[in-house]
Amino acid sequence: MGKTSNLIIIGSGPAGYTAAIYASRASLAPVLFTGREPGGQLTWTTDVENYPGFPEGVQGPELMDKFRRQAERFGTEIVDLAVDRVDFNSQPFKVFSGDKEYHAKSIVIATGASAMWLGLESEERLKGKGVSACATCDGFFFKDKDVALVGGGDVAMEDAIFLTKFARSVKVVHRRDVLRASKIMQERAKSNPKIEFIWNTEITEVLGENSVEGIKTKNNKTGEESEIKCQGLFVAIGHKPNTGIFQGQINLDVKGYLSVNEHTRTNIEGVFSAGDVNDHKYRQAVTAAGMGCMAAMDAERWLEGKKE
Amino acid sequence: MILTLIKQSFEYMSSQTFTDQDFNKEVKQEKGIVLVDFWAPWCGPCKIQGPIIDELADEVKNAKIGKINVDENQQTASEFGVMSIPTIIIFKDGKPEEQMVGVQQKENLKKKLAGLTA
Repeated sequence: MGKTSNLIIIGSGPAGYTAAIYASRASLAPVLFTGREPGGQLTWTTDVENYPGFPEGVQGPELMDKFRRQAERFGTEIVDLAVDRVDFNSQPFKVFSGDKEYHAKSIVIATGASAMWLGLESEERLKGKGVSACATCDGFFFKDKDVALVGGGDVAMEDAIFLTKFARSVKVVHRRDVLRASKIMQERAKSNPKIEFIWNTEITEVLGENSVEGIKTKNNKTGEESEIKCQGLFVAIGHKPNTGIFQGQINLDVKGYLSVNEHTRTNIEGVFSAGDVNDHKYRQAVTAAGMGCMAAMDAERWLEGKKE
Repeated sequence: MILTLIKQSFEYMSSQTFTDQDFNKEVKQEKGIVLVDFWAPWCGPCKIQGPIIDELADEVKNAKIGKINVDENQQTASEFGVMSIPTIIIFKDGKPEEQMVGVQQKENLKKKLAGLTA
């Protein structure tokens, strides 16, 4: 409580930190909450090869550390807490974390998206016992073992390729017969001798008592059920927007993403949005960063307009 | 003398480093509560967890708080079935009582510790 900041930024991925860099350089002295996954999705990756300015590639966690330091350099106040609740019904806007309350005239929401799970009881039970959503963290534990991976996007291909450094074999289980992944990633995965694709197939159960021993699958074209022996299951089936705390406060679209007008405006005056929390189309570090910049500039102009 | 005391209390406060070699003595034979963070340098989320563990060690006085690098200490990691990092295990009188996977916030860890010390 106490002071009312010009701007609170919720989230610490590329969108949040870029908003912070622009807002702090504009002397808004923003306050940024890093949230439950500080640094965002990039902290789960290794090589980032498509972020401009890094011709040799850069490690995801290292890139996010650079973002943070750049935001700090210009005076962003970084709060290493997660926001539990917001109240955007009246000015100043209120943000709650634990038993603390923070006030601001404007808000940039950059809470991003988090990895999705299959939603199986057996998957939940075996998390950390062979079921993982972080190939870069846990691939190490599967040296010379057989693993399965579910998913068909860029992250899934990147994870599958990464896992071949450790695992004896990687079976990619995909519910369709085409991949959503970019051409370059598809080609890399398909040419890897350790990777095998299992098409039109869904996972119905993860097998094993105390650790993963296999998966039960069903072919969604033929209905045929089978079992695949494996000691690990990696889940890379995409992301869902982190909009839970905004439900009932801000307009969301049918998929749960924040609805925006004129680039970064939400339906509430003074509340802006950037990055994967409102973008299910591009979802790149560089597009999120771009939107973070736009949201900070929009917030700055909006604050200026209020003064007049 | 005073300097030594300050140094000792400082060391006691920050988080410890465990290894395969001293895990028996420092954790499994320890009476009371020990919290162990299993981590590795290549793991992004572990880099988030690390500073949280350091802060926890500064604030919690009635438990031993430490980290073990699974890359260098594979024996201990495998003994406790760690297949995902960060994993945090809380031991009571040498026995694992609570095993958590994924980044844990400080407040949550404090609650778990309080539950076991009560």
